[in-house]
Amino acid sequence: MKFERYGIGIAKGMALTLKHLFRPPLTVQYPDEKLVVSKRIRGNELVWFPDRCTGCGTCTKACLQGNIILVTHRGEPNKFIVDKFELDSGRCIFCGLCVESCPYDALAMGLEYECAKYRRGETILDKDKLKLTDQHQPSAYYRPQFAAGLPKQSLLIYDKKDGGQKLNLFPLSKRKRGPGA
Amino acid sequence: MPIKTEPFYLNLGPQHPSTHGVFRLRVELDGEVIVNVEPIIGYLHRGIEKLAETRTYTQVIPLTDRLDYVASMTNNLAYCLSVEKLAGIKVPERAEYLRVIFSELMRLANHFLAIGAFLNDCGALATPLIYMWREREKIVDLCEMTCGQRLLFNYMRVGGVSQDVPEEFMPALKKFVAEMPKFIGEYEQLIKQNEIFLARTKGVGILPKETAINIGASGPVLRGSGVNWDIRKKDPYSIYERFDFEVPTGEVGDCYDRFWVRLREMRQSVRILEQAIVQIPAKGPIRADVPQFFRPPAGEAYGHIEAPKGNLGFYVVSDGSIAPYRVHIFPPSLINVTALADMAIGWKVADLIIVFGSIDVVLGEIDR
Ligand code: SF4
Ligand code: SF4
Repeated sequence: MKFERYGIGIAKGMALTLKHLFRPPLTVQYPDEKLVVSKRIRGNELVWFPDRCTGCGTCTKACLQGNIILVTHRGEPNKFIVDKFELDSGRCIFCGLCVESCPYDALAMGLEYECAKYRRGETILDKDKLKLTDQHQPSAYYRPQFAAGLPKQSLLIYDKKDGGQKLNLFPLSKRKRGPGA
Repeated sequence: MPIKTEPFYLNLGPQHPSTHGVFRLRVELDGEVIVNVEPIIGYLHRGIEKLAETRTYTQVIPLTDRLDYVASMTNNLAYCLSVEKLAGIKVPERAEYLRVIFSELMRLANHFLAIGAFLNDCGALATPLIYMWREREKIVDLCEMTCGQRLLFNYMRVGGVSQDVPEEFMPALKKFVAEMPKFIGEYEQLIKQNEIFLARTKGVGILPKETAINIGASGPVLRGSGVNWDIRKKDPYSIYERFDFEVPTGEVGDCYDRFWVRLREMRQSVRILEQAIVQIPAKGPIRADVPQFFRPPAGEAYGHIEAPKGNLGFYVVSDGSIAPYRVHIFPPSLINVTALADMAIGWKVADLIIVFGSIDVVLGEIDR
């Protein structure tokens, strides 16, 4: 190929790269710094509300992995008592279909996303592990009633002052680094 | 006495950084010149078509996410369209617009990745790729806001979409669309005139018009060869006939044309998004009344869309039961990769990487 004035294109590209040097950084120093996830995150641990669950079994039928184990026995007239409600988060693909199908809002996706485990058996979530606690909170996926209490997602589209992710120009100098900082 | 020579066989992949996944190329070489290329596929086969036969119609949707995982919402859309055709379901107005918005966002996200990875293959290591990913990240943020995950969205449903967008979605989308043309201009500035890039891509890996049509190529590969074929125009689905946009085409069908078609297509996607933001009804139902376990009447239907990589089709056969009798997937990447031998023969090994990168394949879709 022949070029009349060799180097113009490269100079233009370099000019953009130079401009980029003076833009604020977009990445953060995980895990020292964490971004706020979406309100509707389909997190790694589901939340189950035993008082709302009727044991109808719709969620077990909706799950495409056949992942939810539900054992009930008949209590007073027209009521099921749930003996066992168990799901394996190692097999779950976090599609959210079980949450969508539950007619009594008894199941919700969790907010957690750092759920690595040392042993395979620990990924099985039984009735106790699925219950609502301070650390184990539901997300607003298909449950808009939980959306109000959750923090706003940090979007890359907005600047930091508008609650976004774009940082100051020299963020590293102002921040302590290392674990526990 | 003539010297007896033997061809040299080179295995590229399955674990090679430029094959974009687990993909193997068996290249027959004469010195450094390619005599023959044989793609060997199947390393990522998960049997999605067979799995779909044991799932209900709704449960197939998360499986379709795993085909083209770079633009998974378009897979949802193609599947839902064919099931809607089968069962004769009408989709509410607002849901149609949301579907169009997300398909165009996915097209942008896919082309960012395609161009970035292509430039990476050309030797512009990492810098353009990261520039492109910066913009792709914004799209992923928007999708995360709507459906809770960043890659496998599982958002569309038969008869609409799973849930309405949150109220902070529309302002964020408007800001994104407003600043997008500036960034596309930046990419043009970065690459379009770069002499090294031009020297490596202009006239390399030419796919003639007739060959492209005969192979059945689609998407930017076909349009790069100068064929004006876009299913959004030729067989409009959803509400695409309401939007005003152009179909960019290339001239000779070399690697540069395929890149250039993608870049111009991004501008058209932004145009569609601009119109969709204005036209979308502010309120309304987003899902037709389709039960979770529904049974479409016995029959068959084929629905196809213009996915970012080309013509993506789903052929669904129902026997009236709760699960589909057969789901066949017609993936664009598989058809486009068969054009590789036609493009690469006669070029050097270093050009093979560029030609392969310019096709833009995703292995999840090829192997299914
Ligand atoms: S999220 Fe999906 S895979 Fe996991 S238990 Fe629910 S339905 Fe099953
Ligand atoms: S669908 Fe809801 S109410 Fe029924 S068993 Fe599952 S969690 Fe309980």
